[in-house]
Amino acid sequence: MEFASRQEGAGTVAEIAGRLDSVTSPACEQRIRELIDGGVTSLVLDLARLQYVSSAGLRVLLLTAKLLKARDGQLRIAGVQPEVRSVFDMSGFSAMFQVEESVAAALASLT
Amino acid sequence: MRFATRLVPARIGELGAANAYVEACAVAAGLDARTRFGLQLALEEAFVNVCHYGYPDGPGDVAVTCETDGPRFVLEVADWGPPFDVLALPAPDLTLGVAERPIGGLGVHLIRTLARDVEYRRDEGRNVLRMMF
Repeated sequence: MEFASRQEGAGTVAEIAGRLDSVTSPACEQRIRELIDGGVTSLVLDLARLQYVSSAGLRVLLLTAKLLKARDGQLRIAGVQPEVRSVFDMSGFSAMFQVEESVAAALASLT
Repeated sequence: MRFATRLVPARIGELGAANAYVEACAVAAGLDARTRFGLQLALEEAFVNVCHYGYPDGPGDVAVTCETDGPRFVLEVADWGPPFDVLALPAPDLTLGVAERPIGGLGVHLIRTLARDVEYRRDEGRNVLRMMF
């Protein structure tokens, strides 16, 4: 799992790449907590290079959404690949999250 | 055709070892990439359940078995912990919003969704989860 974040326009874009599984999820959670603790309230998760997600990864994404909601923040998910999308569909995450085609579209949708 | 049973310590850090074994069996059985993705995910969920809850009193092992049954690929994940039927867990409510959704509870749901069929049995002191693809 690789994690990289940058400020872009009205939000912060965090790219999560590789595998978000039981082994790698704790590191991802820590990085996201650091961003939110640092004051980030508008977050776009770029999943264009994410190849695999399990329930441990879904847990981190839901936690992120809850943390941002508690701070009146906003979360967008962008670039979801077919296999990851299928896991989102199975778990109801596609409907629960605001999923955008691209990072640009996600940034444009921030209010 | 039964490939073999691989014993893996019930620790999250050993997921890669379990995964590599199942992936090798799946490739040998000629499974396509999409089925292998589902197999990997079901394996992780079953394996991690044992790591978290299977051995409350100390370390233990997970037995991972792959076999083919006609056109089906069968994955069994077994442990020697106290009797526990993961399939008895309640199904999650997938319609809840972010605020109402509880954290967790999706692993077994994913197994049920990914596998064509899944069965639990208690067998000679072992919990055995049999997943058919």
